Amino acid sequence: MAHYLEFKNITKEFPGVKALDSVSFSVDKGSVHGLLGENGAGKSTLLKTLSGVHQPTGGEIYIDGQKKVFNSTRDSLDAGVSIIYQELNLVPEMTVSENLMLGHLPKKNPFIDKKKLREIAERKIEELAEDIDPNTKIKDLSIGQRQMIEIGKALLQNSRIIAFDEPTSSLSQREVEHLFEIIRGLKKQGYAIIYISHRMEEIFELCDSVTVLRDGQKIETFNNMEEVTHDLLVKRMVGREITDIYGYEPREQGEVIFEVDDIYGEGLSEKVNFSVAAGEIVGFFGLVGAGRSELLKLVYGAKPVESGKVKVHGKEVKVDSPSAAIKGGVSLLPEDRKDEGIIPVRSVNENINISCRRHILKSNLFLDKEKEQENTEYYIDKLGIKTPSGEQLIGNLSGGNQQKAILARWLSEKIDIFLMDEPTRGIDVGAKYEIYKIMYQLAKEGKGVVFVSSDLPEVLGVADRVIVMRDGKVIGSLSREEANDEKVLSMALPTK
Amino acid sequence: MNNIVVENQSLKDRFSGLWEKSGMLVVFIGIFMLLSVSVPYFFSLRNMVGLGLSITTLGMLASTMLFALAAADLDLSIGSTIAFTGVLTALLINSTGNIYIGIIGGILAGGLVGWVNGFVIANLELNPLITTLATMQIVRGLAFIISGGRAVGVTEAAFFGLGNGSILGIPNPIWITIVIFSIFGVLLNNTAYGKNVLAIGGNKEAARLAGINVKKTKNLIFILQGLVAGFAGVILASRMTSGQPNAAQGFELNAISACVLGGVSLTGGVATIGGVVVGVMIMGTLQNAMNLMNIPTFYQYVVRGLILLIAVYMDKMKQKKK
Repeated sequence: MAHYLEFKNITKEFPGVKALDSVSFSVDKGSVHGLLGENGAGKSTLLKTLSGVHQPTGGEIYIDGQKKVFNSTRDSLDAGVSIIYQELNLVPEMTVSENLMLGHLPKKNPFIDKKKLREIAERKIEELAEDIDPNTKIKDLSIGQRQMIEIGKALLQNSRIIAFDEPTSSLSQREVEHLFEIIRGLKKQGYAIIYISHRMEEIFELCDSVTVLRDGQKIETFNNMEEVTHDLLVKRMVGREITDIYGYEPREQGEVIFEVDDIYGEGLSEKVNFSVAAGEIVGFFGLVGAGRSELLKLVYGAKPVESGKVKVHGKEVKVDSPSAAIKGGVSLLPEDRKDEGIIPVRSVNENINISCRRHILKSNLFLDKEKEQENTEYYIDKLGIKTPSGEQLIGNLSGGNQQKAILARWLSEKIDIFLMDEPTRGIDVGAKYEIYKIMYQLAKEGKGVVFVSSDLPEVLGVADRVIVMRDGKVIGSLSREEANDEKVLSMALPTK
Repeated sequence: MNNIVVENQSLKDRFSGLWEKSGMLVVFIGIFMLLSVSVPYFFSLRNMVGLGLSITTLGMLASTMLFALAAADLDLSIGSTIAFTGVLTALLINSTGNIYIGIIGGILAGGLVGWVNGFVIANLELNPLITTLATMQIVRGLAFIISGGRAVGVTEAAFFGLGNGSILGIPNPIWITIVIFSIFGVLLNNTAYGKNVLAIGGNKEAARLAGINVKKTKNLIFILQGLVAGFAGVILASRMTSGQPNAAQGFELNAISACVLGGVSLTGGVATIGGVVVGVMIMGTLQNAMNLMNIPTFYQYVVRGLILLIAVYMDKMKQKKK
């Protein structure tokens, strides 16, 4: 049987870098094909050749037996391709209906046919089994709902090929299941679906076949999922064995160095108390909306605290701004790298040195550029940040390397307490492991590490202690020995 | 990304890298050489001095506008500030007989306008376009009010030395502009303040979470801009021997154009002092040449506008390639 979508020897070169090297695989109608690979493996670049953002420097794309050349995203859309990106392409201030038909609104020339628009929107929303008023503005929807609208948009464009790029990173469990139902439905309707994810469980649950990329090359395509195991995929992705993906080793803990006393503010429903000892890694688990990110931001002075105290090494730290927290020895690795972490148009060097200048200034006024350069090179080497140089714009680095650069930012400062909000989100297995190693190293040095994660196995695998939040308050705390899936989930899920 | 490096970087790639870094400088040199051979009197000492003199105000304003744009803000009020401080300085000198009171008063008044802008934009978090549009109107109105709607001639002749005197044959305003460019160049490249401004423009929230005091930095940007605009107003009044309430109309747009020509990104986070110097020189040179060629002022407006469009388009092309 002829394949509906075929990539034949796709190569893409940029100045100095070969992002894709003769990649070939195919996707059939009515099937889900997974695309797996570490950050920088070429998955996003491959999608961009399909969507017309990039033109391949070699190789061809065939759709339904016809060779296709996409000189623009319009060409790709016209050929029936829709991509659902991690960063959704919706207009926040416009309504659901308007976004669904953006670009081809039904007209009663010269006006918009509002009645028809509403009908189309209601029908699509129903198909997607969602309960949304078409007049709601996008900015008032949850991420999961927005994603559904993005899918609706794709369906209304008469696509035959839909590609998902890391769709589940910001979704709750329920939303993930709903997404899967929709994808299975699309499969039955005969769409050719590409599914990119780092989460192995999802690949196994959804995909009929999977292709593994590494360093721009196709390593292997598996057409029979029965033959595939988790370890085999990891091995292909990473090129080496990773036996224990969390690498946890117990270590000694010292006295309490971080105390959060009766902290209360926006996003919390009750006062929160917890403490962290030197050498301890505390993991906060909870569903989306449980208040974990808000708690970290309050404790870091990024959001105004209504009451409560924060103490580092027994001394109170007035957290009325991030710079006060930093001076007190507390840092935050924010949840959203792109919007809260990196300055994309500035260099890696500047992004790393941005917070620690009070320690490396010449005569308290001028930049010490040599020291900053040394600092950058030290961390590029120590953390294994993949970048051509410190002067590279950080926006050009992969997610995992950007995250490492932000960690380097805090390692450059005198920090005792490392707060991390979803430190390994959107990062591949190999890079995740490197981040865990950094966390363990920090703890071994006597620092305190507090991390928020929605990945339950990760929390159970990395933390010395698990604190569970729900609905803006702390429900309880479990030691590593006590904690397991059931106990944690039962605390995190709303009681019906 | 992977570590495989393509060995032979094509000639085209090398050229485009060079263009990005110094494209505008090349354009400027090209224009300069062209004008030197085609426009009579252009490449004469007298004209060069005149050219330098003509871009002093623009240069002073552009060196601070750079910071506002780099922080993803902008300031439309500086033209009005120049007029206002010129008039105020003239009035102060005339009433106290002391030129220093006039000069310092003018500079401080500029700083006050800047302080107001900074407070509203950084602390009240109002839109900078609307804010400075408002202060532009208010300050211009104040200039007319305190001057009674007429030019205010300065009675102390000692004041005229500032704008009309020269050191080593080069007029004072040119020296002053060079000093100001140098100061702000150092601020941009060699201080944490400069880096912080760029960070704020690149991603305000990330800069805040990284520990930068965004409010304080923005306040400083506008206060400095106000002080320099105030000083520019003083110098202009000295050159014209009077404070004129309708002076410097549209100067803010010229300053913004020069910055954009100089590679400053309007979305913030990207700016170099060298680029702005070149942008100012290109604008000044073209203006100077048009004057020498006796092109009527009205046509010059059209040319200036077209230049700005071309500059923005070229910036867009540069962004697209990334």
